[in-house]
Amino acid sequence: MARLVAAVVVVAGLLVAASGRAAPPAFEAALDTLRQVDHEGKGNAAAGTAWPVVAAAGVESLPRVLAAMDGANPLAFNWLRTAVDAVIADGRPLPADALEAFVTDTGHDPRPRRLAYDLLRGTDEARAARLLDGMLDDPSVELRRDAVAALVHRAEAAGEVGQADESRALLQRAFAAARDVEQVQAIAKALEKTGATVDLARHFGFVREWNVIGPFDNPALRGYETAYPPEAGIDPAATVAGKFGPVAWRPVTSADPMGLVDINGVYPPPADAAAPAKEGPKEGLKEVVAYAVADFVAPRGQAAELRLGTKNAWKVWLNSTLVFGRDEYHRGMEVDQYRLPVTLVPGRNTILVKLCQDDQRKPWTTEWEFQLRVCDRVGTAVLPADR
Amino acid sequence: MTDAAEGAVMKTLSAIAVLLLAATFPARGQGADWLTFRGPGGASVVPAEGLPTELSAEAIRWSAPLPGRGLSGALVVGDRVFVTTSDGPTQDKLHLVCLDAATGKLLWDRQVLATGRTMCHSKTSVAAPTPCSDGRQVYAVFSSNDVVCTDLDGNLRWIRGITHDYANVSNSLGMASSPLVAGGVLVVPVENDSESYTIGLDAATGANRWRLDRPKGANWTSPVVLAPGLVALQSKTGVDAIRLADGTTAWRYADGADTVASSCLADGVLYVPSNGVTALALDPADPGREPKQLWRNNQLAPATASGLVAGDTVYTLNRGDVLTAGERATGKRKWQLRLQGPFSGTPVTDGVHLWAVNEAGLVQVVSLGETEGKVVSTLDLGDEILCSPAVAGGSLFVRSNTTLYRVGK
Repeated sequence: MARLVAAVVVVAGLLVAASGRAAPPAFEAALDTLRQVDHEGKGNAAAGTAWPVVAAAGVESLPRVLAAMDGANPLAFNWLRTAVDAVIADGRPLPADALEAFVTDTGHDPRPRRLAYDLLRGTDEARAARLLDGMLDDPSVELRRDAVAALVHRAEAAGEVGQADESRALLQRAFAAARDVEQVQAIAKALEKTGATVDLARHFGFVREWNVIGPFDNPALRGYETAYPPEAGIDPAATVAGKFGPVAWRPVTSADPMGLVDINGVYPPPADAAAPAKEGPKEGLKEVVAYAVADFVAPRGQAAELRLGTKNAWKVWLNSTLVFGRDEYHRGMEVDQYRLPVTLVPGRNTILVKLCQDDQRKPWTTEWEFQLRVCDRVGTAVLPADR
Repeated sequence: MTDAAEGAVMKTLSAIAVLLLAATFPARGQGADWLTFRGPGGASVVPAEGLPTELSAEAIRWSAPLPGRGLSGALVVGDRVFVTTSDGPTQDKLHLVCLDAATGKLLWDRQVLATGRTMCHSKTSVAAPTPCSDGRQVYAVFSSNDVVCTDLDGNLRWIRGITHDYANVSNSLGMASSPLVAGGVLVVPVENDSESYTIGLDAATGANRWRLDRPKGANWTSPVVLAPGLVALQSKTGVDAIRLADGTTAWRYADGADTVASSCLADGVLYVPSNGVTALALDPADPGREPKQLWRNNQLAPATASGLVAGDTVYTLNRGDVLTAGERATGKRKWQLRLQGPFSGTPVTDGVHLWAVNEAGLVQVVSLGETEGKVVSTLDLGDEILCSPAVAGGSLFVRSNTTLYRVGK
């Protein structure tokens, strides 16, 4: 009988749903429901009912929907984001004043501010462009990127009419403000053409002074999960057993403007280990692990990001706590490939990187290198207090 | 009420519920729709006499701008076309767009921000996996492992962020496996070097039905329906037949397989890109039982494009852009024809002709004979085409990083 009752309830619910007479949740309640979604589909079913309420709310609701995105988790943000797509489809003019007010209020989350900017630009491009003048220090990376691009455009225009000093001054302002990696590099190139010097490593906050120890063994890629002595604690004076004999820490300073630390340069293959590769380069050890450690003196305790780029399997610890790791080899590398949110303690922080090299002998599998920088969530370098 | 009476009422109520669901969410999908990567059954086979065999510039019925990059294939459901794209400085703005199939007019665009990593090789894109549909809902998957489900009108049904849930699910070269929906389960392969899964999501809510540990290794292949309730997952280790209901393994072929080109099924035989091509005959009485190997031929090894089967012939495109025809019964090579490549997308065929679009956008129509193949017509779209075409209404639908084209009727 219980099955029958349950079935009646289900069918009744379907009848109500099909007839469209189900009482929709109120707008605010619907927003709240969308904000409750979480990992592994939690809240999806309720959100599926709430979404049409928000989607049908009309363009007047835009500022409220945008504000609901403040602090929303990435999934909740996306539920709200798609609702905005539906809201703006009602064909009526968007509330430009309200959108501008939202964009210019840096107290809002950068994500909906950028969205508001895009909506405003779609409505009134000139009005949106005017806002960029005040956005060189914006907490939204994308808004800042557009503001910097506008400044670079002015610099180029000045250069074209022979105002070299003005052009360079504008480029220097743009460089200081830029956080987007490609944009920073492009401006640096333009500045160098004018004879100016730029310090990319400092601009980005790359850590260039390390102590490195290795090589340890990585047979059948098991070295990734093998805790070699540095994982138990850093003893700068220690000599421990490595793959080819005793190993000790040695200082390494990267001269690369993007902070690249080449472990192959530290450990050229010993004669007895230089097994000729069938194909690919002969240089570079295989099936090895190395560690790099750096002391980073933080000016204050603060939230920060360690941003890593590498083609090798890796783990990163901050102050002896594992932050993250990934056992992927030779699939590609780029600046800021991995963003690791951390909290720096005031004063000395110890960053430990484990870098594993695999057994592949293809030409593209030689690299055993990494680059790591310390910055805030916008990408502004956090520079050590002692350098 | 007696058990019998209760049973009868239950049956009636169940029938009403099904009718109500169908009435509430009518399926636009018809038999001629293109609902998944490589079309019906993932076979890349199109109805006979559907597509034009003589192409000219007039064959481009329309072209429509797309809001971002991508190499995923299009879907066609009824009178609508669905495509995914990505844009923004870090390609983290992900779009599922719907266009009018008759005109190319944009009907709606749903946008989310990537919750997983968007890094990928420059040749591919965050919008690499082809979405899929069950005729009522569209399921879009991106290289960032974001999954977006809408109805055909763009109403959001649910969202998942697979990397948001499982942080080491990613591939720095980019993910590209296309999802598959069957039996109320969306199969989402997210296989990679580190945290490697294929996940069965409830198509109604996006919740996990099951999550299967898979071989650690980059994998860009797509699943294939073997039989009701049974799908094939391909990886470097071979092929696993997985029960949709619970993700358990029915059988395993463990002789290795390609990680780029996908298997295709025709009349109960699975043609696996393994040691060239290996033909595995499913047990007609119980496809969940161990299949029987029919033949294997190294001369049929495909490159990026998946193989296809029509009539009594197996077709593959190799690394030298050579189209090879092999006997379906034995795997023996019949003939070869060098096409103008290279190819990223899988061709389509009606068994009489084959339509292959190379990366430079050259559509090549090949007449398929018993002893030879011949290019009978070409059309240069002049745009980079990396997707596998969709076919519906007598037209090919192909997309570039900027444009969706309808070619044909």
